Formats: sequence, C-alpha cells, structure tokens
Amino acid sequence: MSLPSALQAVFTLVVGWIVLGAAGLLLPRNLVWVSRVLFPLGALISAAIAAFAFIALPLPAEMATLPIGLPDLPMHLRLDALSAFFLILIGLTAAGISIYSAGYFRAGEGTAPGLLCLQYHVFLASMAMVVLADDAFCFMVSWETMALSSYFLVTTQHRVPEIRSAGFLYLLLAHVGAIGLLLCFGVLQGGSWQFTFDAMRQAALSPAWASVAFGLALFGFGTKAGLVPLHVWLPEAHPAAPSPVSALMSGVMLKTAIYGLIRISLDLIHTPQWIWGAVVLALGAFTGLFGAVFAAVQTDMKRLLAYSSIENIGLIFTGIGLTLLFRALGQDSLAALALAGTLYHALNHAQFKSLLFLATGSVLHATGQRNLGRLGGLIHRMPWVAGFALFGTLAMAGLPPLNGFVSEWLLLQAYLFTPSLPQGMVDMLVPLGAAAFALTVALAAYVLVKFYGVIFLGRAREAALEQAHDASLLERCGLTWLASTCVVLGLFPVVVLRALDHVNRLLLGAGLGSQAASWWALTPTSAARAAYSPLAFGSGIAIAVLAVFLFVRWLYHGRVRESAAWDCGFPAQTSRMQDTAEGFGQPIRRIFGPFFRIRRQVPSPFDAAPHYALDLSDRWWYWVYEPIGRAVKASANRIGVLQQGSIALYLLYSFVTLVALLAFVL
Amino acid sequence: MTRDLLLGIFQAVLSIVAAPLLLGWVDQCRAWLQNRRGAGVLQPYRVLRKLMQKDAVVAYGASPLFRASPYVQFGAMCLAAAIIPIVSVTAPLAASADTIALVGLFALARVFIALAGMDIGTAFGSLGARREMLVGFLSEPALLMVFFTASLICQSTLLPTIVDTLAHRELVIYPSLAFAGVAFTMVLLAENARIPIDNPTTHLELTMIHEAMVLEYSARHLALIEWAAALKLMNFTAIGLALFIPWGLTAATAGPSGLIVGIVTTALKLTAAGAVLALIETVSAKLRIFRAPEFLATAFLLAVLGLLVHQLLGS
Repeated sequence: MSLPSALQAVFTLVVGWIVLGAAGLLLPRNLVWVSRVLFPLGALISAAIAAFAFIALPLPAEMATLPIGLPDLPMHLRLDALSAFFLILIGLTAAGISIYSAGYFRAGEGTAPGLLCLQYHVFLASMAMVVLADDAFCFMVSWETMALSSYFLVTTQHRVPEIRSAGFLYLLLAHVGAIGLLLCFGVLQGGSWQFTFDAMRQAALSPAWASVAFGLALFGFGTKAGLVPLHVWLPEAHPAAPSPVSALMSGVMLKTAIYGLIRISLDLIHTPQWIWGAVVLALGAFTGLFGAVFAAVQTDMKRLLAYSSIENIGLIFTGIGLTLLFRALGQDSLAALALAGTLYHALNHAQFKSLLFLATGSVLHATGQRNLGRLGGLIHRMPWVAGFALFGTLAMAGLPPLNGFVSEWLLLQAYLFTPSLPQGMVDMLVPLGAAAFALTVALAAYVLVKFYGVIFLGRAREAALEQAHDASLLERCGLTWLASTCVVLGLFPVVVLRALDHVNRLLLGAGLGSQAASWWALTPTSAARAAYSPLAFGSGIAIAVLAVFLFVRWLYHGRVRESAAWDCGFPAQTSRMQDTAEGFGQPIRRIFGPFFRIRRQVPSPFDAAPHYALDLSDRWWYWVYEPIGRAVKASANRIGVLQQGSIALYLLYSFVTLVALLAFVL
Repeated sequence: MTRDLLLGIFQAVLSIVAAPLLLGWVDQCRAWLQNRRGAGVLQPYRVLRKLMQKDAVVAYGASPLFRASPYVQFGAMCLAAAIIPIVSVTAPLAASADTIALVGLFALARVFIALAGMDIGTAFGSLGARREMLVGFLSEPALLMVFFTASLICQSTLLPTIVDTLAHRELVIYPSLAFAGVAFTMVLLAENARIPIDNPTTHLELTMIHEAMVLEYSARHLALIEWAAALKLMNFTAIGLALFIPWGLTAATAGPSGLIVGIVTTALKLTAAGAVLALIETVSAKLRIFRAPEFLATAFLLAVLGLLVHQLLGS
C-alpha cells in the first residue's frame, strides 16, 4: 500500500484516533489515564489533522485505495479541496472539544470512562472518514459508524428513561435518512453498477433521474442536518447527550451532512437544476426562521441551543440553495460567492456553537441545572465561563467584528448582487429569501440575549447557585481555544476565503479571485460595490471605546458609590421578579403564535391556589410523526394476527409459502 | 488621502458635538407645536453637564458588563458617525464598513445595552431589555431591506457610492425608494425610542422601553447613554438624508468653500428633518406595546415590498 503524502498523514492520524480509543479499554475505569492522557492526545491529533488538511488544501486531489472492503469494491479514499476544508473544520473544532472533555468527564456517570473514550474517538474518526470516502460503500460504512457511535455517546446516561427514548428517536431518524442515502447512491450509479464516486461522476443521468437522486440526497442529509420537518431528533438528542458530545454533534456532525449534500449536488451530479436551488432555498429559509422562533421560547438551555442549530442549518441551506441556483443559471462567480459564504458559515457555526454547548456543560456541572428558570447571576460565580460564553454569544448573534458576522455578510452580499436571473419566479424568490434571512439573523440576536442574560446576568434565581464553581483549568483551555478561533476567524477572513477559493475552483470551476480579500479588507465583488474591513472595524470600535473612556476619566472626578438597585423605588425586590425564560420568550410566542401548538392553563382571579401552566410544542409532531406512528402501530397490529404461538400453525405458514413459491416457479 | 481622513474625522466630531443640539431642536419644536415654551435648544447640553458632575451610583451586584456597556454604546455610535456621510460624501471609515456592517454595528450596541439592562436583575431592567430586543429584531431587518433597495439601485452597499449615485440621478420618484422611505421613517421612530413606539420624555412604568432598560444608570454612565441616544438620532437622520435627500453634500474633490456649503446645507436639512420629526411625534399617539410589533411588521413588509417593486419594475 503506497499512500501519497498528505492523505497518508491524515489517514494515519485518523487511525491514531481509533488506537487512542482502543487504548481507553486497557484501563476502562481509570479516569486519570483516560482524561489526562488520552483526551489531550486526541486533541493533539485533531490539531494535526487540521494542519495537514490546511497544507493539502491547495494541492491537487490525492486518491488511495485501502486493502479492505468488499471483494470487488475496496475502500477508496480521496483528499481534495472540499474534503480538506471539512477536515480543517473537524480538526479545529474537535481540538477544543477534546481538551475540554479532558476536564469534563467525571467518574461514576453512566458509561465507564474507557468505553466513552472509545466511542468518542471512533465518532471523530468516522466523521473524518465520511469526508475522505471516495466510494459509496466506504461512505455508508463511515456514515453508519458515525450514527452508531454518536448514538452510544448520546445514551451515556442510559439509566435515565428520557435519555434512552431520545437516543432511540435519534437512531431511528438516522436510519431513515440512511435509507434515503442508500437509494440515492443506487440511482447515482446510473446502471453501471460501479459504486466509486468517480464512476458516479461519469454516469450521465437524465434530468429526471438526477432530480430523483438529488431529492433522496436532500432527504437523507436533511435528516442528519435537521431540516424541517426532519428536525425533531435534534431538540431531544442534544439535551440528552453530555455537553462535549452535544458540541461535537451540533458543531461538527451536522456539517458532514452539509458536506454530503454539496459533494453530491455539485460534484457527483455536477449539473444542478435551478429548481433544486429554489427548493433548498425555500426549505432553508423556513427552517432558519422556524429554528429561531422555537429557540426564543425554550426554557432548557441545551434545547435552546439545539433549536438555534436548526436555525443555523437553515441559514447554511439557504446558502447551498443560492449556490445551486446561480450554478444552474450559469452565474459561476456568484455561485462562488454563495458557496464561500455557506462554507464559511458552516465553519463559524462549528466554533461558536461548540463553545456555547461547552459553556452550558460547565454550567450544568456547577449547578446541576439545565432549566433557565433556575439559573441566573452566574457571571459572579463563574466569571471565566461567562467571559468565554460572551464571545460565543456575540459571534452567534452575528455581531461585528466576530466571525458570525463575516459569513452572514458574505451570504447577504450573495443575495444582494443577484443580477436579473432568467427565471422570473426566482427573481422574486431571492429578495424574499433575503428578507427571511435578515429576519432570522435579527431573531438570533434576541435568542442570544435571552440565553446569556438569563443564565449569566441578573441575580441568582435559586439559593443553591451561590455554591456554583468556575470551570476547571482544562475546561477553560478548551473554551479559550474555541473563543480565540471565533475572534481569529472574524478578524482575518482572508485566510479562510483564500482557502475556500480552492474549493470554489474545484466544484464550480470559478473562484472569487485573489482580489476578493486582503489582510485589510474584504471586497468579494469589487471595492466599489462592497467592502468590509474587520480589522479597521475592530480597531475602530476599540479605539472609540478607549477614547471615550479616557475622555470621561479626564473630564470626571470618577467617584462611584454602591447602593441598592433603584427599580423605580420599589423596595421589596426579589430575584423571582426578573424576567424568566418564559417571560422573555412571551412576545415571540404572541407574534409567531401559529408556529406553536399552545396549551395554556391560566388561573382565574379567584383561585385560592393559582396554578399557571404553559406547554408549547412542535406542530410537526402532530402533523407528521404521530400519524406515521399510528399507521405503523395499526399495521403492526394487523400483521400481529399471524403470530399465534402454536408451532403447528407456523409449520403451516412454511408449507403454504413453499407451495406458493413452487406454483410461482413452475 | 490625508485630506479625506482629516475631513472625515472633522465631520464625525462635528456630528458628535452637534448631536444633542438636534435632540434639543426636536424637543423645542415639539414644545412649540404643543403650545409650550420649551426649555430651549441647549437643554440637552445642560442635562449632560449636570449628569457629568454627579457621583455615579452603581447597584450592588453589578457586573463589569454593566459599567462597560455605556462606553461600548457611545463608542459604537461614534464609529457609526465616522461611517455615515454627514457633511461630505467621504467618511473616514466608510470604505471599511458598508451598510450591512452599519446595521451590525447598531445591533452590537443594542445587544450590549440589553445585556446591561438584565445585569442588575431588577424587574424593569429585564422588561426593558426584552422590549428593546423585540423592537430591534423587527426594525433591524427592515433597516437592512431599506439599505438593500438603495444598494440594488446603486449596485453598491457602500454609503458614499450610494449617496453619490443617488445624488446624480435624474429627479424622478423611484417607486421602490418611496416604499423604502416610509419604512425607514417608521424604523427611525422605533429605533430612537420616539412616539409612537416609545416616549423618551416619560417614566411611565408600564409603557417605557428604553428608559426601563437604563433605569439603573446614573451620572456619567447615564450621560454617555443619553449622548449616545442623541448621536443615534443624528446618525439615523443622516442616513435618511443620505438615502432620500442626498443633494448638497460636499463632493470628495471640493475645496474649503465647498465644505462650508456642505455644512450649511446639512444644517438646513437637519433643521427641517427635526421639525418634521417633532410634527410626526405630535400628531401621533403612543401605541400599546402589543401594537408595536404590528407597526414594525408593517415597516418590514413595506421595505420588502420596496425590494420586490424594484425587482419587478427595475427602478
């Protein structure tokens, strides 16, 4: 076996992950071995993978064949610009999460540490293999390994019934999606029965079959990514999983679905139709708005983040939709802009979402609470975590000069410079998409103010919070890593954009060009059309704030008195008078009422023991999933008639079947 | 280059210094329209001086975020003043931040002040923060859509280019800009806590938004917030003038006489705009808080309609 250099290095490192995981089984109950040795080593491997992938990105694609696999289909690997970019995403994010995990996992909670270590590293390795795979078999094996290992990670606390059922829901939907993907590959081979991706690129599909393949891919990857209405597993599985696992799933695993959809629609099929773009754009815009609206009314901090992931996936899908649309209509430079924005947002989301999930993990460890209504004022008890979470909050709210803003800016530019497209309907769709995008982004800021304000600001809502302690050193290291990637990706977009241009050229044959970004400014189309300089902006705001501070210092004597809060002179304030999570979400509930299924129990003014209850649920459960569940149950009952428990009857069944087969054959 | 920079800094400083004057003028006009004598146009400066002389009182349990927020607020508005063309077409930082970044900057300021409102943990603080974010999440996309319409007409998101292009077009009413103009006026009222969304002159507990959020601030912190609010009004008025009445700004190549002409024209336009603002505030009634989303949704839809009209008619 002779593997070329960069691919060889990356593959060796991926195997290294699995070896590390297996090493966990040597001393499965030894927490020091697992968390002080193996997890930090895993973080090193992650960083090394990101580095090698960064080196490999501008190089031409490398291919290799492994000596394992099916008899006539050995596993093919390929490292091109697109896989390299996603490997960077995986490595960069996993490095921070692994360091954090080293300080996070404690003994005596569910799965033994050694086993957890194995599942964790197999999960990482399978995600890397998904983006490296170059044939359908290798892809599906990695994809299923990813689903299974993450299922075991989600059910770490497998003694809790809710967690078991959340895990089951996740496993079920993961497999429903996988069936879609299998069928999709079946269509893609186009009658050649060759399952390498290369053969699929050569297969000339008719437009109708290409649409079928794309639809199946959208279904399969949409299930994994959480596209509405296939999103229902996300808000259940993310709160159930330990926080580093939620971070990996939300930050990294969802992105493999993005990878898959881009790989299939732009590389394997390579002649997208504009209607696909329109469908993806519409679905993405709806998913984004839906996720943001639901995030705004959540009371569980991890559910809130899960819905916010749905929102971000929606934004990313709108970007894919735009790319497909422009590509199909022959606007390749615009498609390059949209694709760059899409992938950039995927990278950014991995950073800030992981950061916030990890922060909730620290809060959970310190307080034992996921319910926003029992938190508050943690900035005083956990200043480190609060500080890092502020970076994640500002980045995710899409505020300049952090990273979330850059990708949203790029995507908005892609919306904006839509020339008159030949399709009249599309011409109308794009501005509407832009409006939904802008609304979603603004709503995200609302959600994030709620998230940060209710957890970290104000006064503690429970007396027990006074005992909360800050994160451990290793946890802080992980948080520092992710917070700094948020800042660096925000201030120096030039590095990312130059890297992304290789992806653009690979998939679209056209790039933004080297003038699109300099260290100083970002000018994706031309300097006269649009420009954003994160460095000038960041230093501008820093200088302005500093100047104001010094000016006021110079002007003012600087005395400060401390006193009780004023609050319009109301004397008997308690911490229960602050806005709760429900209260903060109430305006959104009112405005977007039709989105929810609301059950509310309001006490009358004469109730001696007033009781208020509010239940907000997802209509899709009642529209889609419950009918399907009932149908499955009903048909199972029908078929169950066959099962009578007497051997004679079963022998009769076999006999009848045999006779029927014989009659059929003869 | 140096000239541009100096000119830009000059106009940013000018608008920072003159911002309370605009606020004083609006208040004075309002007083006249309501048959009151008013406190004079210099009243906001007197308020600022009074606040600057007092001891700052900070509530127990305030985090550093609470004390840093007014500076971020004021700094963000100063930066915005350096991005928006007010007197001259060139602004010092205009090339580094376009209209989308400007919207982001306003959002940054809003998020910080809302977080500060929640920091003390009082009932009014979090109520105000929630309402401010409610107003914000509807007005921000509306503002973005207004900018999009102008950007599509001018094929650029940079404010100097937009102003330049709009100032040199033929004098016809663009239907898309008409929609955008109405939407922008509504956004301006909402963003600056004016009637009908909020009333800056009362402390009526149940209806206030902005004032509820900054209730715990005093002295220099409050002065900075008040000044930042005045500067925000100035910035928004300047954006409105730049988009919808772009004539008379100093061209990039003009000499000192051109600059004086620019200052005088801008002063006249601001005077007129302030009077119109006072008139709108006087003739409209404050909305109930639950009517506010309807008002803002109307603004948003009008702005989207402007965008669609532009796509349909190409103008």
